[in-house]
Amino acid sequence: MIEHAITPNLVFDVAHLFAGALVLISFLMLYQDRLYALLNVFALQAVALALAVAWQAYAQDAPHLYLTAFIALVFKALVIPVALHRMVARLGIHREVETVVATGPTMLAGIALVALSMVVMLKATPAADALAREDLAFALSVVLLGLLMMVTRRNAVSQVVGFMSLENGLILAATGARGMPLVVEISVAFSVLIAFIVIGIFLFRIRERFDTVDVDALDRFRGGRA
Amino acid sequence: MMTALAALPFDPAPVILAIPAAAAVLLALVPSYRVSAALNVGACALTFLTALALLMAPRIAGPFLIVDDLNIVFVVLNTFVAFTTSVFSASYIGHELETGRLTPLHLRFYHAMYQALLAAMNLALLSNNLGVMWVAIEVATLTTVLMVGLYRTEAAIEAAWKYFMLGSVGIALALFGTILVYMVAQPVVGEGPDGMIWSVLMKRARDFDPALLNVAFVFLLLGYGTKVGLAPLHAWLPDAHSEGPTPISAVLSGLLLNVALYAVLRFKLLMAAHPGTLAPGPLMMAMGLASLLLAGFMLYRRRDIKRLFAYSSIEHMGLIAFAFGLGGPVANFAGLLHMTMHSLTKSAIFFAVGHVCQVKGTQKLADIRGLTTSHPALGWGLVVAVAAIAGLPPAGVFMSEFLLVTSAFAHRPWLALPLVAGLLLAFGALMAKLSGIAFGAPSPGSDKVKASYLPMAVHLTLVLVAGLYLPPPLVAWFRHVAGLLG
Repeated sequence: MIEHAITPNLVFDVAHLFAGALVLISFLMLYQDRLYALLNVFALQAVALALAVAWQAYAQDAPHLYLTAFIALVFKALVIPVALHRMVARLGIHREVETVVATGPTMLAGIALVALSMVVMLKATPAADALAREDLAFALSVVLLGLLMMVTRRNAVSQVVGFMSLENGLILAATGARGMPLVVEISVAFSVLIAFIVIGIFLFRIRERFDTVDVDALDRFRGGRA
Repeated sequence: MMTALAALPFDPAPVILAIPAAAAVLLALVPSYRVSAALNVGACALTFLTALALLMAPRIAGPFLIVDDLNIVFVVLNTFVAFTTSVFSASYIGHELETGRLTPLHLRFYHAMYQALLAAMNLALLSNNLGVMWVAIEVATLTTVLMVGLYRTEAAIEAAWKYFMLGSVGIALALFGTILVYMVAQPVVGEGPDGMIWSVLMKRARDFDPALLNVAFVFLLLGYGTKVGLAPLHAWLPDAHSEGPTPISAVLSGLLLNVALYAVLRFKLLMAAHPGTLAPGPLMMAMGLASLLLAGFMLYRRRDIKRLFAYSSIEHMGLIAFAFGLGGPVANFAGLLHMTMHSLTKSAIFFAVGHVCQVKGTQKLADIRGLTTSHPALGWGLVVAVAAIAGLPPAGVFMSEFLLVTSAFAHRPWLALPLVAGLLLAFGALMAKLSGIAFGAPSPGSDKVKASYLPMAVHLTLVLVAGLYLPPPLVAWFRHVAGLLG
């Protein structure tokens, strides 16, 4: 199946390592109660995703996947966290911890979701090859943990981080499926979506802070402070 | 069924995509709103005519586009309602501009987005590639989010945000389902683009692994079901309908929900092509009934006229999902007919409601009274439209609901009871609200509005005629498609 110098076993183990790292980082995100810390952990997950995708590109001999890995690294590990960081700083909401459910029950629910996705995926995919099916189980775990984060947070920024982590799971699943077409296009489409969301939050938070979305108000505010 | 009657000088399918896409670019550049409104109508008319040409075009299933008997129904309906809505929109936005709710710059943006939305919806309907279909539905969602937030009020932005987040989650789940479908197909069809081509998948579906296909369908139903507005994933729908410009409410209800439903149907067909899979029907019936009953109760407590009809859309999408879930020739026929009738009637209602809100300067039901006295044409138009959507004979909605109920009694009598209960609930709620809106002493606010009643009149005439007489070719066509749907 693979014509590289490394043994198939190693290919398998490294792919597992990265996919498992994504799930672990999803758990880390679940109990962050500061927005800055949350953004840092998210950036870490994006790096893990980039590594996982790059490994898949290598293992499957699919050079176009390097592009997806590159997008994950630059856009999701760098541009978006930095932009959100600045936004949080400017709006002064970095101490906001608005969780609907306490951390303990959330973590327990998270464990249950991971167990659920293992059971569903491993039972449903006996025919698929081992790498794909276990990658898929990890990917579904990341997706479900992202959803869990979206429903247990009230704050818009952390909801978006939840959504982006959900999307990391999707990209992991898409790159794990050998020879899946349109992966690069889909990751670009998602990046556009996320860019829109981030711009949206920016407007949204301005409304909460200044009671208007009029950009002039922001300019006035800036001018007043300078 | 209908083979190429005459050789067309061109292939209509790509043209249906190209016209709105080109118009979107053009409209983004035209500063005058009168010119752009006219251009918008013109582009929609042209797209509709091209869609009609599709009826005579050969059925194709290439690597990119697919034209089959199922999606032609959707494309023709879609382009027709888009055309009439653009006519309504032209008279609606003039008033919004006068009252200063929108600026010419907003309108430029609005028109470009309107065409971009149509291009995306047509692409979703005509694409043979499941990945491209997914991207097209995502783009359609994005453009409508932007239009829902057009008024920039606090409520509008909140509605757009809610729609955005829930729509994105739905879309993400749908993508996961799509990836799973590819993984199911890959061992059978082979690696590469073929694993996402719907017509290829249909041919090979018998060899797929049923367990994983089941999981995929659950994700797809939840994901695209969010966009259809099926309970319990409907929370975005009322806000998005009530806060955006009314032409967008009409397009959302009449078209975008159908496009998402079409995606569900494509995957249902894939499931049905494999004998060993879980039957998709019961899942769809459960979600459909839940939507119907929930919306039936919610209708009673609505205070906003546009939210009222948004809940009515949830009710009807529930009915349609139930019909397709029930399956069989009669129920599928009823589902197709109901979808057509609902699109026509609901957009007619929003045409009327748009002008009503402009005349009265409010969307509050309590402040809209006695319309038939103060504005006879608008008031009676609304009465006819609401009576039609509530399912009173002789409108076409009555016929499709009647077919659905008889089919349900024949095959699943126990499910027919909640179905009838839901229908009666919704009927009672709509009639109670209608009597307040239409009759009694008129409420203040009697500006004369320069309204175009033509789109509403055309839609209502079609709905009434369809209730009395369906042309035999149309019946044959729907029957054929109903047979395809299994």
